[in-house]
Amino acid sequence: MPVTETRLLLKYADEPDYTPGIDSYLMVGGYEMLKKAVGMKPEEIRNEVKGSGLRGRGGAGFPCGVKWDLVDRKSGKPIYLICNCDESEPGTFKDRQLVHKDPHQLIEGMMISAFANDVKLAFIYIREEMPKGAKILSAAIDEARARGFVGANICGSSYSCELIVHRGAGAYICGEETGLIESLEGKRAYPRIKPPYFPAVLGLYNCPTIVNNVETLCNIVHILRMGVVEYNKIGRPNNTGTRLWCVSGHVQRPGYFEVAGITMGQLLYDLCGGPRPGRKFKAIVPGGGSMKILRYDEKFKGKKPNGEAYEYGVDDIPLDFDGVAAAGSMSGSGGMMVMDDSVDILEALANLTQFYAHESCGQCTPCREGSQWARKITARMCTGNGQPGDLDTLYDMAGNIGGRTVCPMGFSTTWPVQSYIDKFREEIVAKARENRCGMPREARLIQK
Amino acid sequence: MNLKPETLSTIENLIPRYPQKRSALMMVLHEVQADQGHISNEAVEWVARKLDLQPINVLEVVTFFPSYRQEKLGRSWVRLCRTLSCGLMGAYTTGEVLEKELGCKMGHTTEDGSITLEYSECLAACGTGPVALVDEDLFENLTPDKLGPVIAEIKNRAAGGVPSPTKG
Amino acid sequence: MSEPKKDDGLISVNIDRVEVRCRPGENIVEVAASIGHEIPHYCYHPKLSVSGNCRMCLVEMGLPGKDRATGKLLHNTDGSPLIQWFPGPAIACGTRAAPGMHIRTTSEVVKKCREGVMEFLLLNHPLDCPICDQAGECRLQEFSTHYGRGYSRFLEEKNVKPKRTVLGPRVTLDDERCILCSRCIRFSREIARDDVLGFTDRGSYSTLTCFPGRKLENNYSLNTVDICPVGALTSTDFRFKMRVWFLKASPSIDTETSTGCNTAVWSREGKIYRITPRRNDGVNDTWMPDSGRTLYKQVEAENRLQQSLVRGQPAAFADALREATTILTGGTRASGSVAVVGSGRSSVEEQFLLKKLAGALGGATAQIVGRVGEGDDLLVSKDKNPNVRGALLTGLIDALPVPQLSGLAREIDAGRVKTLLVVGEDLVGAGLNAAQLAKVSIVYVGTHLDATAAKAAVVLAGLTVFEKFGSFINQQFRIQKFHRAVPGPAGARDDLVLLASLLANVSGAEAPSVMESVWAAMSAEVPALAGLSFARIPATGKVLDGAPWSSLPFIEGKTMHFNPAAARAPAAVTA
Repeated sequence: MPVTETRLLLKYADEPDYTPGIDSYLMVGGYEMLKKAVGMKPEEIRNEVKGSGLRGRGGAGFPCGVKWDLVDRKSGKPIYLICNCDESEPGTFKDRQLVHKDPHQLIEGMMISAFANDVKLAFIYIREEMPKGAKILSAAIDEARARGFVGANICGSSYSCELIVHRGAGAYICGEETGLIESLEGKRAYPRIKPPYFPAVLGLYNCPTIVNNVETLCNIVHILRMGVVEYNKIGRPNNTGTRLWCVSGHVQRPGYFEVAGITMGQLLYDLCGGPRPGRKFKAIVPGGGSMKILRYDEKFKGKKPNGEAYEYGVDDIPLDFDGVAAAGSMSGSGGMMVMDDSVDILEALANLTQFYAHESCGQCTPCREGSQWARKITARMCTGNGQPGDLDTLYDMAGNIGGRTVCPMGFSTTWPVQSYIDKFREEIVAKARENRCGMPREARLIQK
Repeated sequence: MNLKPETLSTIENLIPRYPQKRSALMMVLHEVQADQGHISNEAVEWVARKLDLQPINVLEVVTFFPSYRQEKLGRSWVRLCRTLSCGLMGAYTTGEVLEKELGCKMGHTTEDGSITLEYSECLAACGTGPVALVDEDLFENLTPDKLGPVIAEIKNRAAGGVPSPTKG
Repeated sequence: MSEPKKDDGLISVNIDRVEVRCRPGENIVEVAASIGHEIPHYCYHPKLSVSGNCRMCLVEMGLPGKDRATGKLLHNTDGSPLIQWFPGPAIACGTRAAPGMHIRTTSEVVKKCREGVMEFLLLNHPLDCPICDQAGECRLQEFSTHYGRGYSRFLEEKNVKPKRTVLGPRVTLDDERCILCSRCIRFSREIARDDVLGFTDRGSYSTLTCFPGRKLENNYSLNTVDICPVGALTSTDFRFKMRVWFLKASPSIDTETSTGCNTAVWSREGKIYRITPRRNDGVNDTWMPDSGRTLYKQVEAENRLQQSLVRGQPAAFADALREATTILTGGTRASGSVAVVGSGRSSVEEQFLLKKLAGALGGATAQIVGRVGEGDDLLVSKDKNPNVRGALLTGLIDALPVPQLSGLAREIDAGRVKTLLVVGEDLVGAGLNAAQLAKVSIVYVGTHLDATAAKAAVVLAGLTVFEKFGSFINQQFRIQKFHRAVPGPAGARDDLVLLASLLANVSGAEAPSVMESVWAAMSAEVPALAGLSFARIPATGKVLDGAPWSSLPFIEGKTMHFNPAAARAPAAVTA
């Protein structure tokens, strides 16, 4: 029986008559949860979110309830809520769907979250490359304000909260929460050192701040609607709720899918139609360009409940936080990129190192210099000018980046470089030795 | 600084939304660029005065973010994504076709200022790659064999025609 | 070992298995430095905010483990606290001392971190050492020697950036050498409060810039050159002049104002090449104004007195001294007809001798020339004399000086003053005119042939602050020492010798003429200096009791480490 999606957040988004307008949203019960929320105590809502086990959908998978708990509520300073809609991780395009097709769901999720955290001013930081999205959100906020869901006296209560759309300008590093905050303050998006600048304590304007992903905030509506017990039935412990997975690259039917409790094989075959005609799967990057790559023929070690060890393959990887982590990678932002046997892995790596070198903010030494070095080496190898020792240099210096930087972006060079070399070393070495790196002209992945 | 009255009024309404003036910087710069086609050094100084900042503070931000341009953009701004997923679907070949058909080298603006063509990084529409942003419109599924409509639309806009919008 | 806090408020941390007592929250870079364990760093600076971006100071950090449920400290089997080491390294500059914190600055992990960062820093760094002024005091050179891997694996093209940008009148910038530590930007924003520097572009192409049309020209611009760890920001005045390893640094004091910034005067074989600030956390931190850095140029000024003069003609010192004695003692025959004009730029020791000399000259009235100007609220005080308080303490004066000596002018016009002993001041700028100078016999002790010296009957050539030892008392009543950097002209004499010789001749008794003997007399006769000697003054100076003068209307306003309101309260004397 092929699996199907579990549409919760995207239940109505792709229905033919559904529009981003407020009337569509109200017709399907929209804003009922906001009305309920303003009659509850904020702590009650926070407890619901904690009990739901909701983990951040932006990339790190940090439990949302715990993040809200860390907020300093004693400082006397205003608390801010920021929706991170800077979706820029290569392979990810799920937040685009939510924002363009069902903006009110996000707005309702934000207003409930704002109420739960005593927030009076909330922001949606949307990347510049979604100009329509910004307009759709602004229009939706105006609609919501006209009906009392945003602004003064929400749903007739004494609670007021304003919501602003703020546009980015083309920086992946604004997806990092402290980089986003710096950018929102009108400065270069240099992530902050932690300690001491944990957003929950010293965030926007050095006030306690919550930064949550679009999908995470949309889930809040459903947690309140279903209740903790029902919500926990979706997925499995520590991996509750649905997830929006994005599949791109060499599958028959790339696209976005909202699923729960399925395996990677079910996604790749049942939902995406398997590999292209005449091709075989070669490699999968599970959770966005930063994540470690998996060979399609890789085997992993698992343990049965009775303690017995067993082996499983990529198709059997449970498609959630813990499942992908157990396979040695991360589900990250859910941006899965699939490569078949037409791909030169080194070119794929060169393509990604160019991305991360371009996006490095330049603040700290390892990422600034190391990401550009990785780009230069891989680009040179792809033009057939690889030197002996290139791979060892590349691998070793990449190990000096991740974990040594101000923000986790250091890993965006380290993980791809080291995992591609770890898993495809023979192929890369053979091609470099023969100076025959590179893909056929019409298929290549880097500019020559 | 010859900003249109609508631009000035939008800017005036933008600034008080934020608890601190400086936070309005990015949105103000978007308005200025939409109005003027780029952000000149004169504009940088104007914005700095408006937000009680030093010009270097504004210039730092303008040059950090690729969407802000100090050189004038063409009438039609074409950004073709090259990151891995779009690359896997043939973005570089598409790029070559566009260069040829539009008569514009990648990373350049045509002599007559009508088209700016460049590669961009991931545009968050990977499932329908290759994709390109033409001004505010997203064009999807731009494999080398399917470029007819987007090329026509770009030329249309470059000639000053009314843009046909897309859904995204 | 985590001990309970002792009463001194200090806590214990462990650095490389050494127990260290320190203040809670103290920066780990400083704590490690206090026991001689250097943690290399670029972007950290003790007087600037922490930016934590160079990543050179990565160390291993651990904290005492606590039971999750009870919060109680966990212990090893031998009873020692269980230290939970963080899985990844942490930046020392961003780490504040907490009780029981453990730090490793020498381990395989730390070694690899430093090699990694050094390699990355050198990746795009130009091979400019042979032509770079920073060589010899370059932290990139030092740390790559100590902590680098020693060879390059980089086969690519390095980034190209502008190399000779004139940022302002005194600072030149080489962007390729810049390691983007941001010290200069933080200094300009936080200390100089002239927000004129910033980074443009992104990633490895980031470039230090001034906005086109703006300049780095504030009066503290050269401090960015001092704190730049590499040769990116250089002093245009010093550029290409001298290799620093040939230079000797002599501790001195900026004589520009009564702030008394501590300086280092760098010289080689009798020639001064530059002045930089010397750290004094009680006076000027690690900064000084640009205007004080060019003062050494007076040493070789056109009108520098190379030797003593008698009636405008070069003379041997002994002859000049004899002439001067004659004029001064002749003057005392008519009592009250000798006036003494000293200087707020003379040292305490010189002012002490001058007071004695004034006394020996029949109790001649002594005054100094006041100097008032614009100050800022940083390191430039309104009093342009460095040592008015020295004159007060030694009793040379008992009221604040005025810039125009109109009283003296009247006395000269009235014919009551016929002889002048002038030490280091040009009276033409102080309210006297050529006609008045012509009416008197002048004995001039000083360093430059100014308008007064030109009219003097005898000129005794002395030494500038760079050529002698002495002390000044700044606006905080802090006595601070300066040291000779270069020898003076062969025909000049140390001012102590000049004044003591005159004193001995006029009084007929021996006079102290060297530091030790002058101080012996000073500490005996000046209450505020009791028990002190030149050697005993600490390198950062010593704050004296200014209470006896607290009612005087000092003109200084608030500057970096000086608050006049606090100063007026006698109890607010801190060392």
